[in-house]
Amino acid sequence: MQDVNIIIKDRDGVMHDVIAPTDMAMNLMEVCKTYELPVEGICGGMAMCASCQCYVLSEHELPEIQKEEEAMLSEAFYVKQNSRLGCQIPITKELHGLEVELAPES
Amino acid sequence: MIHTDILIIGAGPTGLFTVFEAGLLKLKCHLIDALPLPGGQCSEIYPKKPIYDIPGFPEILAGDLTINLLEQGKQFQPGFTLGERAETIQKQDDGSFIVTTNKGTEHKAPVVAIAGGLGSFEPRRLPINIIADYEDKGVEYIIRDPEIYRDKKIVISGGGDSALDWAIFLVDVASEVTLVHRRNEFRGALDSVEKVQELKLLGRINLITPAEVSALHGDNELEGMTITKDGEEMFLETDHFIPLFGLSPKLGPISNWGLEIEKNAIKVDNSLDYQTNIPAIFAIGDVNTYPGKLKLILCGFHEATLMCQAAYKIINPGKKYVLKYTTVSGINGFDGSRKEAQKVAVKAII
Repeated sequence: MQDVNIIIKDRDGVMHDVIAPTDMAMNLMEVCKTYELPVEGICGGMAMCASCQCYVLSEHELPEIQKEEEAMLSEAFYVKQNSRLGCQIPITKELHGLEVELAPES
Repeated sequence: MIHTDILIIGAGPTGLFTVFEAGLLKLKCHLIDALPLPGGQCSEIYPKKPIYDIPGFPEILAGDLTINLLEQGKQFQPGFTLGERAETIQKQDDGSFIVTTNKGTEHKAPVVAIAGGLGSFEPRRLPINIIADYEDKGVEYIIRDPEIYRDKKIVISGGGDSALDWAIFLVDVASEVTLVHRRNEFRGALDSVEKVQELKLLGRINLITPAEVSALHGDNELEGMTITKDGEEMFLETDHFIPLFGLSPKLGPISNWGLEIEKNAIKVDNSLDYQTNIPAIFAIGDVNTYPGKLKLILCGFHEATLMCQAAYKIINPGKKYVLKYTTVSGINGFDGSRKEAQKVAVKAII
C-alpha cells in the first residue's frame, strides 16, 4: 500500500511536507496529530468541535461534505469557501500532493 | 467549606469511576465540574454516540455510560459542585488543600485528583476584537437569569439547539428578539426549527440569515451592532447580545497551579500512581500525560483505581490494607446499603 505526501501550512505559515499512510484508516486530523502539528481534535473525529478546520489550497477532489460536517462548519468561526474539517477527510492515494492550511484556533 | 477525602476536579467518566474505587476503600469523594451536569464530554459532546471499547459493553451510548457510572457510585454518596470551575488551590499547613471555585465555593481535602479531561468547557468566544469590553455589559455567553432580558431588545446568534431554544423562550420575556445565523439552515431539533419558523411568520422573531454580527457599538454598555448580510452592513439597536456557539474545553486555571505541564496535559508518574510533581495531587484520565499515554476511557478507569490506592496511603498513613474483591466482600455503601453475592446453600438432599 502506498504512502502519500500532504503539505500542511501551520498557523505560523510554516510548510510541513508529511508522509501519510493510506492503509491505516487515518484522516487528515489524525495525520496532523501524528506529526504533532497544533491540531487538537477535541471530539476525536466526530465533526463536533471544528478544532481540525483547515482550508484546502489545492484542487484535489475531496469526499463530499456530509450533513454533520456541514452543520459544524455553519457554527464554526473563520469559515471560508474552502473550509473543511480534517477529521472528515480520509487519507487515500488520490490525495497525494494535497495542500491544506490550518484555520485559526477558536 | 466542603470537606472530603478525595476532591475530584472533573465529573467525566474517570472522575465518576473514582468515586466507586475510593468508596471501596472507605474514602469519600466530592466532584467539581464547570458543566451543570456530570458526564464531561460524554454528556456535553456526544451523549448519543455509541462507544464500543468499554470492557464488558459491546456497545453503550456515552450518555448511558454516564448514567451507569453515577448509579455504580451512588451508594458512596459523592458530593457535587456543578456549574463552577476550580480556580485556585492553596496548600495548608496540615498538608491538605483548599480548592476554591470561580463562584467562591471552598473545598478542603487531603488528596486532589484532577480528572479534568481536556479542561473545563467554556463558551466559544466570538472572534470580534472588542467583544471582551462588552462582556457582562450587554454581551452574555451564558444565560443565567432570563429575567434580565425582560422588556429588553436582544440579539442571539448561532445556529444550534441552544440558539433556537433560547430564542423561543425569550420571545415571551424580551421586547424584541432577533436571531442572526450565518446560514439559512439551522441544526436543531425539528420542532424547535419549526417553532422558530412559526414565530418568524408571526413577526415575533426577527430572523436575519445568512448574516453575521461583525461589530459591536456602545460607550460603556452595548447599544447596538453591525450585522453583515450579503456583503451589506446594517446597524441594529440592541440591549443584549447572546452569542451561542457551543463550548470548547480549556485547561484554564489548572495550568497555573504549579503543575508540570507538557503539551497541554499534566505530567504524572505512571510507573507508580499518577501523582503529579506536587505530592498528593494526582492527574488521571485524558488530562494527564506520560510515555505511552492513550486517551481512552478504559485507561482512565485503570488510572483512577491505582490512584485511589495511593490516596488511601496518604490519608491513612501506616494503616494496613489488602485488596478486596467485590465478588467476595460485596459493597458497603456509605448510605448503610449492602450489596453482596448470594450465599451458596449447603443443605443435604434426602
